[in-house]
Amino acid sequence: MLSEIYQWIQGTVLSSIVGFLVPEIFQDEALLLLGIVVKIVAILVPLLLSVAYITYAERKIIGYIQCRIGPNRVGFFGYKLLGLGQPIADAVKLIFKEIIIPSGANKFLFIIAPVLSFAPSIAAWAVIPFDDVSVLADINAGLLYILALTSLAVYGVIIAGWASNSKYAFLGAIRSAAQIVSYEIAMGFALVCVLIAAGSLNLGDIIEAQSGSFLHWYWIPLLPIFIVYFISGVAETNRAPFDVAEGESEIVAGFHVEYGGMVFSIFFMAEYANMIMISVLTSIFFLGGWLSPLQGIPVLGSIPILSEPNIIWLLLKTSFFLFCFLWFRATFPRYRYDQIMRLGWKVFLPITIVWIVIISVMVVAKIPPWFN
Amino acid sequence: MVTQYIFYIFAALLIFSASMVITVRNPVHAALFLVLAFFSSAAVWLILEAEFLAIVLILVYVGAVMVLFLFVVMMLDINFVPLREGFARYLPVGIVIAVLMVVAMGTVFTSVYFSGAQMNVVTPTATDVDNAKELGKLMFTEYLYPFEIAGAILLVAIVAAISLTLRKGRSKKSQNPAEQVSVKRKDRVRLVKMNSEKKSG
Repeated sequence: MLSEIYQWIQGTVLSSIVGFLVPEIFQDEALLLLGIVVKIVAILVPLLLSVAYITYAERKIIGYIQCRIGPNRVGFFGYKLLGLGQPIADAVKLIFKEIIIPSGANKFLFIIAPVLSFAPSIAAWAVIPFDDVSVLADINAGLLYILALTSLAVYGVIIAGWASNSKYAFLGAIRSAAQIVSYEIAMGFALVCVLIAAGSLNLGDIIEAQSGSFLHWYWIPLLPIFIVYFISGVAETNRAPFDVAEGESEIVAGFHVEYGGMVFSIFFMAEYANMIMISVLTSIFFLGGWLSPLQGIPVLGSIPILSEPNIIWLLLKTSFFLFCFLWFRATFPRYRYDQIMRLGWKVFLPITIVWIVIISVMVVAKIPPWFN
Repeated sequence: MVTQYIFYIFAALLIFSASMVITVRNPVHAALFLVLAFFSSAAVWLILEAEFLAIVLILVYVGAVMVLFLFVVMMLDINFVPLREGFARYLPVGIVIAVLMVVAMGTVFTSVYFSGAQMNVVTPTATDVDNAKELGKLMFTEYLYPFEIAGAILLVAIVAAISLTLRKGRSKKSQNPAEQVSVKRKDRVRLVKMNSEKKSG
């Protein structure tokens, strides 16, 4: 579906633009470049809109969980519309706020830190497959690329904490660095299990390897890894209950305590973009990505559209995990710092290492229905 | 054509950041320039179609090693004035060592093994070759011994590092969560029954 829309855009709009503006010899390159730009826009615009509206969903969902209503005033054109205008109003407010750079702060690093935390969370989307043909960069080492980029997100936090020249910010940065490095190891080993099971580093191939029915998805053979990966993902994104990096009861707001206005909101957007990222990745690695849950079931599997692979399934699975993020935040109290470290090093790491051995044995022994 | 220009950009960036690492005064800035150097060399490797190595360089060095580096460097509170005091005094020795190293490197690079005749002309392989797969095959067949030996050496290094930092006699502050969770009220609180006292008189 997506690829047909793109083909249509390329065939009509892009080729006419290129044919009109670009000299004959560069037309192929120009078409390729323009096509990539269009694809990037097609990924980024929905992503940024989702980031804006997840903040709204978060306030609504947590509100209802706590018997409140949440934002319900700001709408469009004089109508309240359940407060749907709230994210737009917030964005406008943040854009027009003054950016205050603390005295003694390193100006260059202070400004570049939010950029460094936002850029990897966007760049990682380059290899995410949305259905069996729609992916911006179909590279063989997709999983490694994701792992490399998610490991870069910590730089924004560390540099922000250091450049702010503030004790609270620095404490937050130190906590965050230790936490992200610890959970990255568990996350990396969890992904090793996935790639052993799928036999490929390409995200599209990993999904294809899970096709069959919802029992073929890797959440069954990799059940502990599925849980470990998602919890590590929550920890990687510094979300509650692992949000000690900004623990407001101890260190005010952690690494972004000195930030305000747009530079603060870039950190905020990076956090939410990372949440979406982790949710998409969890559904790709363990819940079969774009594959339909009805596939392979006797009667339901023959329903024409519902049982076919579709981006809608990927979005639904992603939404479920995003809801879990918000649910966790409303439900769990914050972890104590030593317990976070214990969970990462002494619980998750041994589980993943043991499961690498188990999954290798399962793959070598060709245990059906997953590996045959 | 375009690739060549991209190579020049990243090569220049690499040389610039590498020289900044050893010239900037602030150690945190030096560490950040080292990160930039790793980045640009990863980009150069990507141009060489070694995408596996490039990504692993980012993943391991930038994502983990340099984070810990920064972690330590940021917490150090170094006063740089005494460090630079003896610069003139140590300069002759430094120059001698520098000359020696330049000569040593020069002899290596001008030897027959590095001459143009020894270098194979690298032809780009087909794009469908999976870098990770090819490296894995080589590593677990032809180079199995060196690979396993390197792994064993790393393991020894890990054990050594842990045993060096694990000092005895220092009071441990770690807590046992199982013990903490299983605490009951009677372990912590003692209710005392007392008769109310009457005012005498």
